[in-house]
Amino acid sequence: MTTDIAKNKPAARGLPVAVLLAGLSIGFFVAVALATGEVAQLGGQGIVGLLQRMVALGLVALGQTFVILVGSIDLSVAALISAVAVLASHVMQGDPAMILPAILLCLGLCLAVGLVNGVLVAYGGINPLIATLGTGLIVQGVLAASFGALQGAVAREFQVLAYGGVLGVPYSILLFAVLSLAAAFVLDRTLFGARVYAVGGNPEGARLAGIRTERVTLSAHVVASLFAGASGLYLAARLQSGTPWIGRDGIYDLESIAVTVIGGTILAGGKGGVAGTLAGVLLFASLDAAFNMLGIDAFLKQVLRGAIVVAAVAIHAVRTKGHVA
Amino acid sequence: MSPLPQTSSPLRRPARLAVNAGLVIFLALYAAIAFLQPNYLEPGLFMNFLRRAAPLVILACGQLYVILTGGFDLSMGAVATLAVLAASILINGDPETTWAVIGTLYVMGIAVGLMNGLVVAFLKVPSIIATLGAMLTVNGLALAWSGGAARGDLPDNFRNLGWLVWRDVPFVGTLPLAAIVLAGFVALAWWGLNGTVYGKRALAVGDNPRAAELAGTPVAATRILAFVVSAVSAVTAGILIGGFSGVSVNAGEGLELQAIAACVIGGAQLLGGRGSIWSAVFGALSLFALFTLLNLIGLPQALRDSIQGVILIAAVGASLWRTRRRT
Repeated sequence: MTTDIAKNKPAARGLPVAVLLAGLSIGFFVAVALATGEVAQLGGQGIVGLLQRMVALGLVALGQTFVILVGSIDLSVAALISAVAVLASHVMQGDPAMILPAILLCLGLCLAVGLVNGVLVAYGGINPLIATLGTGLIVQGVLAASFGALQGAVAREFQVLAYGGVLGVPYSILLFAVLSLAAAFVLDRTLFGARVYAVGGNPEGARLAGIRTERVTLSAHVVASLFAGASGLYLAARLQSGTPWIGRDGIYDLESIAVTVIGGTILAGGKGGVAGTLAGVLLFASLDAAFNMLGIDAFLKQVLRGAIVVAAVAIHAVRTKGHVA
Repeated sequence: MSPLPQTSSPLRRPARLAVNAGLVIFLALYAAIAFLQPNYLEPGLFMNFLRRAAPLVILACGQLYVILTGGFDLSMGAVATLAVLAASILINGDPETTWAVIGTLYVMGIAVGLMNGLVVAFLKVPSIIATLGAMLTVNGLALAWSGGAARGDLPDNFRNLGWLVWRDVPFVGTLPLAAIVLAGFVALAWWGLNGTVYGKRALAVGDNPRAAELAGTPVAATRILAFVVSAVSAVTAGILIGGFSGVSVNAGEGLELQAIAACVIGGAQLLGGRGSIWSAVFGALSLFALFTLLNLIGLPQALRDSIQGVILIAAVGASLWRTRRRT
């Protein structure tokens, strides 16, 4: 992933943070692999494994980057991931002919949730934390209540997404790379991307400059929901069938926000980008992999993770002048 | 996150309005409960309702302090879990040690609160991230310490704090100890905001930290104290929860979001600047009345989340609509 970052973002915003973070993550991963004698982890298999750890969280975080850049936030992604995974496996019922309809239906659901989020936040003026927490709760509740009727499993052919690949590179990693590049391209090279930064940086200024800020915020929410849907589809392919708890158990809502902020995207909006987010995801993935090699127990892992989240954000937040809340 | 909506009117009468919002919702929901189950109007059942709502109300009061100063505390649930697990491990069946252990719990809570406050105030980490980190850390520590499973039992004198109910009390019939703890905590929290200069400082910091600083408000100290109050409330709630639900590893799961939701339903404004202790109290009572009502209706447990989501959005939408109409 790091090579993508370097190639793709020549004059990217927040590049130093991204490079520093990615370098640190890789350095830590390599050091632990050498120290524990698991040199195999540094071969092709190990690297692919490391990158594969990035996919699920990475996809959500890409979408989260859009909403945070625009000055909003999305807490509904975890529930949406579960909903998509469950819906995909229910619609497919193991039938390869239903793959396409299932994907379309899932993306349709994401589109709807994204639109609702966007309308509540952009046109309703409801605080995004509350609005998306609310929609997340609604989705989660309906899902959990109807799960009994939504059993099923994805088609074997669909699982290729998680387990197949070309030339040793899994499709999931290719998909993630393509979507990352697309997200970076949209943010850096298109009018929509420029508007996202404008609205996040100074909404009133953007409005006075003739940007329909509500539409931009709405679109960012739709993008975030669609990325969450992609993550849900990937998880369904990996796990064969979805459960209503995979999103919540993965803490994808808060962790996607954490990696985005770790990557240097500021919560107030307008500053940051895809490169930083990818570096943040890489940090989480290499920590996970390294902790596994070290054989650290699950609870201690959580403790270290918490401390590292705060430390990673503190590194670049501490220079902030003025106050944050 | 997004800039404050253009709703703060020059007429500053928000406090009374906030009271009305939470209180009205609570009375409506409680009336619905009483309609379905008339004996909820008896003092005994009302007291029982208060007893079960006490942890959420206390948590909401603590969360309100942080919300007023413009932040969030996501670590409350983890701190409550830590309190329950630590109590069972430290007391280890010996009722003699109960009071010393309760003191220790508060020390641990204050340490977490101080940590949160220092990280937000001096490292400039946004509170949502700082307290998320604290949530992961505290949860991990609590689980590692207990080995990931609830073990040990709490002695009666500890459990009484959440459990004990005095019968044949004049006027009210039955009086649960938890209701007294609740009243005491709310009174203290009210005094902190209305009886001391702290309340004005918290509102000023939440509304505009830069202006507050220029006016001489100790912004960092105000922030830090808010996180300490929040952590203390989480420990108090944890003690009550341990009292009536016993020891479990997910005792405090999800409580932080419920506490935030309660404050918002009661009319407190996220990112600071508006709200009173009654927002927290009546918001939390409303939320708990909602849970009780859904229980009575017999709605599947799972759908409760959905209804809570709808109420949350509706409450905020309604308060926005009201303020907009006024200006």
